[in-house]
Amino acid sequence: MRLLTHNMLSSNIKGVTNGFPLRIEVEKVVEKEVDLNMDFLRNMFAKIEWKALVEASRTMGYSELPDDAESSMLDSDEFLRKFHHALLELHLEEGALVCPETGRKFPVNKGIPNMLLHEDEV
Amino acid sequence: MKLKQLEGLLGSLQQFETPKIELEQYPTGPHIASRLLYTVVADFGCGCGTLGLAAGLLGAEHVIGFDIDAESIEIASLNADELELDMDFIQCDIRNLRLSDRAIDTVVMNPPFGTRKKGADMDFLSMALKVASGAVYSLHKTTTRDHIKRTALREYNASSAEVLSELRFDVPQLYKFHKKKEVDVAVDLWRFVPNNNRPKHL
Repeated sequence: MRLLTHNMLSSNIKGVTNGFPLRIEVEKVVEKEVDLNMDFLRNMFAKIEWKALVEASRTMGYSELPDDAESSMLDSDEFLRKFHHALLELHLEEGALVCPETGRKFPVNKGIPNMLLHEDEV
Repeated sequence: MKLKQLEGLLGSLQQFETPKIELEQYPTGPHIASRLLYTVVADFGCGCGTLGLAAGLLGAEHVIGFDIDAESIEIASLNADELELDMDFIQCDIRNLRLSDRAIDTVVMNPPFGTRKKGADMDFLSMALKVASGAVYSLHKTTTRDHIKRTALREYNASSAEVLSELRFDVPQLYKFHKKKEVDVAVDLWRFVPNNNRPKHL
């Protein structure tokens, strides 16, 4: 699961109001290179929750992203590469996503998070 | 190349006259194909990943498949590897999924028709329209056409709902309860556009 996907996911447990972002517990990270697409990155920058991305990438072992970012930084190739790397090239293979409000863990196996809820959470 | 130009070129392509479900032949309308580039696409009820992978092949930058069944996702994962495509998967019940606003550009789906679990098709459509910022492409039985149009426009906040084409699926004898060797099901390919002016929630 890439961090782009993590950045849009919220805890879906009933009654939870602060379910974003999900905390990440890492057991295995895999890096897969993909081509950089500038138009896509520019498009995504406006929609991304930056702080959540920074925190998630640091948990995954990548600390190159600045704490804050603004769109003018997209003019820098170096920034684009780092943004691209964090957003699309880091994969959480094994671990868990944790609800920030309840602490409930959603396991991640082979890169796939299991967000199925128990009966009492629906 | 401009979007309109691409759409025009794709619109002149020949499509399947009688699609065969066993080969999972789904004609991809020019609207879909041209809007898939530079986008984030979600495949709701992805099953073995056909639609999501099609989006990936057509150039969607990031594709996420959602399904409730772990076994299907495993197969979809293998299919993605076969095609050397990157596709994320999430195992969940579509009815209680929570995604950020405007995160997904396009939803593509071939949802359950609601023949086993009543209303399943509507659950999928409702969630798709909540989540997509651009368009929803979906397949539903032709017999439900009026109901779908009415509900999408009045209750699910669609600003438009149109049938792009009518397809006939040959459903082969797949399950024990199937009495006939094969049956023709008339299916509509829909495009819904969400109303982006509505107040959104997470």
